Amino acid sequence: MSSQPLISVNNLVRYYGDYCAVDNISFELAAGDILGFLGPNGAGKSTTMQMLSGNLAPSEGEIHINGVDLLDKPGAAKAALGYLPEVPPLYKEMSVDEYLRYCARLRRIKKADTKDAMALAKQRCGLTDAGKRLIGNLSKGFQQRVGIAQAILHSPQVIILDEPTVGLDPIQIREIRELITELGKSHGIILSTHILPEVESVCNRVQIINEGSLVYASDMKGLLEQQNTGSYEISLHRPPSIDDIRAANFVGQVEQLDTNHFIVNISTTADELASMAVNNNWGLTRLVPHEHSLEQIFINLTLGDGGNA
Amino acid sequence: MIISIALRELRSMFLSPLAWTVLAVTQLILAWSFFTQIDFFFGIQSQLATMPNAPGVTDLVVMPTYEIASIILLMITPLLTMRLISEEKRNGSITLLLSSPVSMTEIVLGKFLGIVLFMLIFVIMISMMPLSLLMGTELDLGKLAAGMLALMLLLSAFSSAGLFLSSLTENPVVAAISTFGLLLLLWMISNNAGDNTAALTQLSLLSHFAPMLRGLIDTADIAYFILFISTFLLLTIRQMDSQRLQG
Repeated sequence: MSSQPLISVNNLVRYYGDYCAVDNISFELAAGDILGFLGPNGAGKSTTMQMLSGNLAPSEGEIHINGVDLLDKPGAAKAALGYLPEVPPLYKEMSVDEYLRYCARLRRIKKADTKDAMALAKQRCGLTDAGKRLIGNLSKGFQQRVGIAQAILHSPQVIILDEPTVGLDPIQIREIRELITELGKSHGIILSTHILPEVESVCNRVQIINEGSLVYASDMKGLLEQQNTGSYEISLHRPPSIDDIRAANFVGQVEQLDTNHFIVNISTTADELASMAVNNNWGLTRLVPHEHSLEQIFINLTLGDGGNA
Repeated sequence: MIISIALRELRSMFLSPLAWTVLAVTQLILAWSFFTQIDFFFGIQSQLATMPNAPGVTDLVVMPTYEIASIILLMITPLLTMRLISEEKRNGSITLLLSSPVSMTEIVLGKFLGIVLFMLIFVIMISMMPLSLLMGTELDLGKLAAGMLALMLLLSAFSSAGLFLSSLTENPVVAAISTFGLLLLLWMISNNAGDNTAALTQLSLLSHFAPMLRGLIDTADIAYFILFISTFLLLTIRQMDSQRLQG
C-alpha cells in the first residue's frame, strides 16, 4: 500500500438549486482507517456519500480515490470503490448468485476469479446458504447483507457504507461490526450511521457534519482522552459525605444524585478517582463516564445554535 | 460490459410475466390476422392467376402481417420500455450501475441492446408464420428479409424513444403514456398531408417504414432510422449525465 490517502476530498460543495447541501468539506481517508461519519438527518451525509461514489456530481471541489480523480477518470476511480447506499441496490427478481455474478461483471472481475470472489463475499456476509434464493424473498436483514456483499465483492480499497446495520438483528449487527473491523485492517472504510455506540466500537476516526459543514473531526484516541478527563457517575455502597469527595485536589464539581450516586468532575484520569474510592473503603460498585462524550459532542455541535436534530 | 447489462435486462424481462404475456398476446393476434389473410388470398387466387404481374403471397399475406405487427408494437413498446430506467431510479438499483466502473454510455447502450434483443426474438417469432408457408409455396425471400429489416429498425426506433422517456421520470406509467403519445404522433404525422407538409412527412416513422415493407430499401430510410435511434440514445445519455449533476 502506498502512503497516499485512499480518499482525499478537497473543498467539496454541492447545491440543490439554491440550497447548499454540502458546504466546503475537505477530509482524507488512509488505508486502515474506519471513519465514522455522523450527522443529524438532512445534514448532508448521504449527499456526500453519493458524491464520493460517483452517483452525484459535486458542484465544486475535487475527489481523489486511490489517487485517481473521480471526475476525470470515473472508470478507474470507481474500480477501487465499493458502495452500499441507504437502500441496497438490488434486483428483486434475481437470485443472490445471479445478482453477485452480474455485479462481478460490472466490476470487471475476471471470469476465472468470479467464483472465488463470490464465495468469499458470501462467506463474509453469512450468505453461503442463500445463494439460490430470490432476493425479493429474503428478509430485510438478508437483503442488507447482499448489499454489503455487493460492496465488498471486488475487494475494493475503499468501502463506503451508508447505515449498514439498519434492519439487522443484534447478532447480525455484531457480525457486521466484526466484518467491518476485519475489513478495516486492509481497506479504508467510511461508515455513516446514527448509532453512536457503533461508531465508538468500530471506528478509529470520527467526523460530524451539520448543515453541510464539517463541525468535528477527531480520531478515537483524542475522543478517549477527552473521556478520561471528564465527568463520571460513581456509585458507592458506603458513601462518604459529599465534602469528603470534594476534599481531593483533583476533584472539581461534585453533584449528589441520591445517597449512593454522585456525579464527579475530575481533572485527571478515572483511575485516581477509583483508587481514592477503594483506598477510603467507600465500597465502589460502579464508575462510568457520566455522559457518553461522543453523544455529548454530537448534541452540543448539532443542537448548539438551534439546529434541528 | 454492454452485453452483460443487455443480457441482465433481457433476463429480467423474461423473469417477470411481462415478456411472456407480450409475446403470447401479439402472437395470438397476429396468428389470427395471418389466418384471415391466407383465407382472403385463397378467395382471390383464381382472379390473380389471370392477371399479369399479379401480387404474390408475400405481398398479400406476409406484408400485411408485418404491418399489423408494427401497429400492435406501437402500443406495446411503451409498456416494455417504461421500466427500463425509471424503475431502477425508483427502487434505487440504478446506484449499482452508477457506482460501478461503467460509463453512462455503456449503461444506456446496454439497456437499449437488451430491449432490441427482445424485439429480435419477437420478430423471429412472428416471422416463423410466413416461413411456414415455405412448406407449401414459394416466397419472395428478398421481400421477406426487407420486411424483417424494416420491422426491426422500426421497433429499435420505438425502443430508443421509449428509453429516453423512461430516463426522464421516476414513474413508469408516465414514461409509458408519454412514449405512446410521442410514437403515435410520429406515426400519424404524415397522414394529414397537405401541400406544405413535406418536412413533416420526412419526420414520420410511417413514411419511412412503409416503402421498406414494400421491398424498397432506400439508404435515406435506413439513415432516418439510424439517426432517429442515435438521437434518442444521445439524449438519454445527456439526460442521465445531467441528472447526476442536478440530483
